[in-house]
Amino acid sequence: MRKRPFSERIKPLLYLLPFIISVTIFTIYPIVNVIRMSFLENYKHLTGAFDSVGLGNYQKVVSDPLFRQGLGNTVKYVLFVVPISTAIAVVLATLLNQRVRFQGFFQTAYFLPMVTSSLAVGLAWRFMFNDKYGILNYFLSFLGNDGLKWLGDPSSNFYALVIFGIWSILPNTIILLLSGLQNIDPLYYTAAKVDGAKTLRIFFRITVPLLAPTIMLVVIINSISTFKMFHELFPLFSGPGVAYNLYTVVYYIYYEFRVLTPPKYGYAAAAAVILLVTVFTFTMLQRAVNAWSNRERGNQ
Amino acid sequence: MTEKKKTRKYRERLTFGRVLMYVVLFIGAVIALFPFYWMITGALKTVSEVNKLPPLLTPGNWLNMENFIYAFQTAPFAIYFKNSVLALLGCITVCTFTTILASYAFSRLRFPGRNTIFALLISLMMVPYEMIIITNYRTIVTWKLHDTLWALIIPFTSSIFYTYILKGFFDSVPDSLYQAAKVDGCSDWKYLWRVMVPMAKSSLATIILLNSIATWNSFMWPMIATNSKEVRTLPFGLYIFMTEGGQRNERMMAAATIIVLPMIIIFLFTRKYIISGMSRGGIKG
Repeated sequence: MRKRPFSERIKPLLYLLPFIISVTIFTIYPIVNVIRMSFLENYKHLTGAFDSVGLGNYQKVVSDPLFRQGLGNTVKYVLFVVPISTAIAVVLATLLNQRVRFQGFFQTAYFLPMVTSSLAVGLAWRFMFNDKYGILNYFLSFLGNDGLKWLGDPSSNFYALVIFGIWSILPNTIILLLSGLQNIDPLYYTAAKVDGAKTLRIFFRITVPLLAPTIMLVVIINSISTFKMFHELFPLFSGPGVAYNLYTVVYYIYYEFRVLTPPKYGYAAAAAVILLVTVFTFTMLQRAVNAWSNRERGNQ
Repeated sequence: MTEKKKTRKYRERLTFGRVLMYVVLFIGAVIALFPFYWMITGALKTVSEVNKLPPLLTPGNWLNMENFIYAFQTAPFAIYFKNSVLALLGCITVCTFTTILASYAFSRLRFPGRNTIFALLISLMMVPYEMIIITNYRTIVTWKLHDTLWALIIPFTSSIFYTYILKGFFDSVPDSLYQAAKVDGCSDWKYLWRVMVPMAKSSLATIILLNSIATWNSFMWPMIATNSKEVRTLPFGLYIFMTEGGQRNERMMAAATIIVLPMIIIFLFTRKYIISGMSRGGIKG
């Protein structure tokens, strides 16, 4: 009689064990450990010894010109990519949400970049951006432009990065907006058509306002993901641009703990915590928007 | 409902607005697809064709396989391909297993603090992967697993996001089914594998596909955790090939095609599952 309740009680633990072990070692412990390391000054990664506990790493990181430059580039990148990609995605998602033929073809075309390696596709872009044989400069030559040194010139390589960034982020943005569009009650459109409203008027007076909560969510989600910009640097520039001119926050983290020898775990950890706080702030914002949009929907 | 049925037989009047709409959608599709077209045709070109001005829109010979043969025979892409497949199979097998068990426990079994623990785990999803990676690299080094294929599998043996998706499905299965099975003397273990798992086919397909895409395309972690040729996976291998091999664009495009093509094929057949998964919160980097 006593044994059975015990086995019943232990059962959930057995089911959870593999998952919990893995999550503890590879998700929970790493978070705690990085926060701890960020406060240990002069931390020696081989012995685990450190001089003192304090904000030294943070002071060092925040005053490091490379980190500042990385933060500047990252913020600039977010400010370029997020608004442009959102605007394009709103238009394309609205069109995809109409009754169109070739729906399957358009879906495949628009969503394909989601499943393909950004490194491999980035190399195709590198090939297209090539200043001598690249197809982009060839197209520019029709416009009477001599073409840009897209990748090799520190004054224009940021734009190559932005173009690739927008192209990469569009599929996810369109998907999220499409699911927002599908939540709009078709009655609004029927009513507008009965009143004889023009297409553009419907778009700006009905679609955009009703989609506003989703648009805000998309802006926040995309801000988080573009703030972590890192992968895109490798296929296009084999690193952070020309003479480090495209340093980013995540590249700084990677550089401090993996490229430098001996690694500076303390600085990497402090920068990672700064990243976490930024992402956390955006996420709280996202929650607030979510709550707001649910209330709005309730009021409709 | 009737609206939807009408759609099929709907005959459109091609007004100016609708033509404009198709033009915009079509231009968008061309821009989305062009890098793939350029990659694949680039892979089929010869050296002189690739470096021609003005650029050739099509390769001279659509069946020119010499760059692919080079990638597989001279460059070590056969090894990279094998490693990518092994890492993929390892990650999917173990992660799917831990996910099924954990989802079942969180959805069906009773234990103190269940909902609190689950909510805490969910809140961990927002922690950037880039932060976690610092310690994981050290863990792997401490365990002397860096530069082995194990390093590409062991940190990915669980996923909170996939558990969240599958638990969501398990929650939607009515209680009465479970009670009925219990009355028939079915154990939890049997109920899970004989009833729940077969019912969850489409959720499982979604998480396995998302996991496959993420593992196959993973670049940052393999770059950090592996080094030698024998354990490189395709994206990292391609990156090394580019930095060491110089500017042979046609060969790089062939190697890039080798990485991209399997995912394109999978996507063409399983678009529905992938899109439904993506719309629920995207994918890890």
